[in-house]
Amino acid sequence: MGNKQTTFTDEQLEAYQDCTFFTRKEVLRLHGRFRELAPHLVPLDYTNNPDIRVPLTLIVSMPELKENPFRDRIVETFSEDRQGNLSFNDFVDMFSALCETSPRELKTIYAFKIYDYNRDNFICKEDLTKTLNKLTKGELTPEEVTLVCDKAIEEADLDGDSKLSFSDFENMISKAPDFLSNFHIRI
Amino acid sequence: RPNRRQAAGRGGARARGRGKKPASDDDDEEEEDEDDAPKRRRGANNKKPTKKRGGGDDDDDSEDEAPKKKRGGAANKKRGGKGKAQDSDEEDSDAGKGKRGKKGGGKKGGKEEEDSKGKKGDAKGKDKGKDKGKDKDNDKDKKKKKKKDDSSSDSNTNSDEEEESLSEGEMAALMEEVEEKKKLIATIRNKPWRMKRRLFHLKEAQQFVDKFEGALGKGKGRKWYAYKVMMTKVLMGLPYGSIPRKTVPRAEQDTAQDYSVSKIRSCVLVLIYQVIPCFKYISSKYIYKYKESGYCKYSVLFYGYYNNQRTIGLLQFRLPLSYLMVGIGSFGYSLMVVIRTMAKNADVGGGDGEEGEFTFAWKMFTSWDYLIGNAETADNKYASITTSFKESIVDEQENQKDENIHLRRFLRVLANVLITCSLGGSGYLIYFVVKRSQEFANRDDLSWYEKNELELIMSLLGLVCPPLFETFAELEDYHPRIALKWQLGRIFALFLGNLYTFLFALFDEVNTKLEEEQSIKNASIWAMKEYYANFTVMINDTLVTPPPMPPADVIRGPCWETAVGIEFVKLTVSDIQVTYLTILIGDFARAVIVRFLNYCWCWDLEAGFPSYGEFDISGNVLGLVFNQGMIWMGAFYAPGLVGINLLRLLSSMYYQCWAVMATNVPHERVFKASKSNNFYMGLLLLILFLSLLPVVYTIMTLPPSFDCGPFSGKVKMFDVIMETIDLDLPAFLGTLFSYAANPGLIIPAVLLMVLAIYYLNSVSEAYKNSNTELKKKMQMARDEEKNRRNNTDSTNQVMKDLEDLLPNRSLAPPAPPEPVKKPEPEAKPTKTKPGSAGKGVNLQKDVALASPNPNARGPVRQPPGPRGPGPGPGAGPGRGRGRGPPPR
Repeated sequence: MGNKQTTFTDEQLEAYQDCTFFTRKEVLRLHGRFRELAPHLVPLDYTNNPDIRVPLTLIVSMPELKENPFRDRIVETFSEDRQGNLSFNDFVDMFSALCETSPRELKTIYAFKIYDYNRDNFICKEDLTKTLNKLTKGELTPEEVTLVCDKAIEEADLDGDSKLSFSDFENMISKAPDFLSNFHIRI
Repeated sequence: RPNRRQAAGRGGARARGRGKKPASDDDDEEEEDEDDAPKRRRGANNKKPTKKRGGGDDDDDSEDEAPKKKRGGAANKKRGGKGKAQDSDEEDSDAGKGKRGKKGGGKKGGKEEEDSKGKKGDAKGKDKGKDKGKDKDNDKDKKKKKKKDDSSSDSNTNSDEEEESLSEGEMAALMEEVEEKKKLIATIRNKPWRMKRRLFHLKEAQQFVDKFEGALGKGKGRKWYAYKVMMTKVLMGLPYGSIPRKTVPRAEQDTAQDYSVSKIRSCVLVLIYQVIPCFKYISSKYIYKYKESGYCKYSVLFYGYYNNQRTIGLLQFRLPLSYLMVGIGSFGYSLMVVIRTMAKNADVGGGDGEEGEFTFAWKMFTSWDYLIGNAETADNKYASITTSFKESIVDEQENQKDENIHLRRFLRVLANVLITCSLGGSGYLIYFVVKRSQEFANRDDLSWYEKNELELIMSLLGLVCPPLFETFAELEDYHPRIALKWQLGRIFALFLGNLYTFLFALFDEVNTKLEEEQSIKNASIWAMKEYYANFTVMINDTLVTPPPMPPADVIRGPCWETAVGIEFVKLTVSDIQVTYLTILIGDFARAVIVRFLNYCWCWDLEAGFPSYGEFDISGNVLGLVFNQGMIWMGAFYAPGLVGINLLRLLSSMYYQCWAVMATNVPHERVFKASKSNNFYMGLLLLILFLSLLPVVYTIMTLPPSFDCGPFSGKVKMFDVIMETIDLDLPAFLGTLFSYAANPGLIIPAVLLMVLAIYYLNSVSEAYKNSNTELKKKMQMARDEEKNRRNNTDSTNQVMKDLEDLLPNRSLAPPAPPEPVKKPEPEAKPTKTKPGSAGKGVNLQKDVALASPNPNARGPVRQPPGPRGPGPGPGAGPGRGRGRGPPPR
């Protein structure tokens, strides 16, 4: 760390270590990645917690997110201003929640937020339609889309309000075999 | 002295209140609630001012209320980061408090006012120093001041005794609070908060713990505690949260699609790392010098290298015993690991049983692999997801399509016949080749092919048969997942069949070797005797003992164990070669040709016929499983095989990684054979069991070679254990073992185990039944709910009447004095607004946490205290009353 300039103080690193699933090295690497995105915006020195936000378009261009159909939603979910601009804190937060070691409960919460496009705390039919169209690049016919969405709601909806609340979602996801292995990003 | 202690205790209680708020409010919106919480509380208090006790008590009441409000204000300020506004807020609350105090008892009110002045001053100071740490210090100062006031006022109104007990109770509460904070620090990373908030709470909690941890305990105890805390800090050099850090080793960049690959691989690696150190200690004193050629044959790799010296060195290392123990122990360990992993997988994955429950929902939410970062892979994934959706739709639309079922049956039978034929053929081929190699063993003029025929044939079979099976499987037209399972099962059968044929042929060889050995043994004894006779004849002096004959001069037996070991090593090495060559030719060369010949070719090579190779995930996993089985089998006779395999796995991991990245394309459609990885684990377990059999068989039945290996000179290998028991352990243990080995004891034990298995089995069966029953019930409830929602009015009248009756009846007994209607409106909002359900839960938790506080005045005030009820503004009084009855 002491080669050129300190990026973080020790306390900051400790705090990040306690608040995320990353080690100190990984936090530093994340900072490197973050700075790479916008070298003119992000300073090397983060000891005084500068409030700098990197816009969504730059974040989404990361190779880790580039191909993800939900990339915009992911970034929006984790951005504090809900517009998709990420501060470094949000950035670390995002990759911490998506990393391999974060627990299922946390991932479930964030997954729910990601798939909840209109942020009404329910995954309704429109959300499902959007999700499905992103997943299949719009190659299903509208009838098929409606059928799939209806089916999905029918399967997972426990309280019968024809939209998925968080508890419905949690119940469904907790049994999904691939969720944990698929819902994570390595950085 | 007591004052200070009280101060600490008091401060703790205060801070606890403050700490609780951040911990409990999980939602940002709740912050707003906080502002009106004090008011509400006050209101509630006002409503029932003279419910009990005298003025003094009431005084207390108000006083305790005050710090809480203050606390709320302070917390608000910090979180919101608004300086002045908070100040006014505080003033506001103080004013209110003052009024309250006057109302309750004049003296007290004066005190309060004084107090509030001091506090205000503090608050100003706080504003100046924006730093949070300073904030804390100020807080503390304030607390101390308050404490003095407090104690004096208390001595005025209450007895000292009560005060003492109170502080003690609060001490306990403080302790609890510190624990809570620590827990928060440890789990803060699991909270779904924004990072800023997390950092803030972390800081706060750490400061809190720093401050109050030392203050806990009394007198000496406190000092000691502080010392202990200091020491942990010094020793660890880390703050609290950081101590149990879990560093996560980054898994090797695998092909990333199927976890079982890396999982099994790491499992294997672990096994190997366990086994290797055991062998490190085996000394290398005597190296048998055989006349035959081949350097490795006499190396540490093989059984024959180790000798039968009972103990070695000062530490009396018992080589033969440890050889046997390590051999058997590694099997036991592997079994344990595999079974534990399987059990864990079954736990996590929920098994394969629940297929079809959430087909569409799962596909929708969990099918995208967030790891994908490659455009091509992403395209493939899109395509595969689309197809899988379409498939499911088709499945859904027409469950059964029964065109010519006879033709399909016929084709399936045909495919199975063909596959059985090829399996049998490959088995026979191997048997034939092994027989031939035994012939070759007696000849010297062998070509390279003839020497390595067996291994080559086996590897080639492994190469040719799987694609053949795949072709046959086309005939069957199964669902891809089922087809994959069949395919894997067949390949597994092929491998296993080959291995076992090879093994039986090997046993034949071993038996001939054993016969040969018998004659050689006689010859060597005779040679030895002759040597001694010659020696005595030549020297003619009986006093001089003859120098030991150099081992190379004695006729040596064939040492069948080493021969078996050599076979396994040869097999492994040729397997490595074939795998590497296949990748090099089948994947790399193909990729190069397709890539560069494409410029001058009539059709599109990349998209058309040869295209690039696909990475066969399941085949590779199976290869790993099989390879591991071979190692298990061979490791007893060739301990060095473990090392070879380790090298192989390490190199092949990087090699294959390169190959996959450079030359392969991902599968069009990836089907995992199993939801949890238990399918592969099951295969691993099976092959472990199957490789255990021959090894144990040889250990138990075949006599070891008379002149090589750690068991030479014994009738059976396990005699080593008997010997150890006899010679090294106390006599009574020997008798104990002999009793334990008595069939009369073993048979009942086995019987007991069988009974236990039977019992557990039936229990699990019962659980399964009740599980399905419950599921059915849930499904029914769901359906009913839906029905009711769909046609509310048309449901039969009787049910409706019942529903109308039920709530009244159930509510009537518990709350007679209260109006029955009251709780209902309160319960409703929480139901209709599931979003706030989490809050509601947390709230209750808070109350539960606070209630164990032994503070004498606690229980009465606590329910309204920690937090205003969440659901809505109207619910406040309702809840206050609703909560009233239970403590009474």
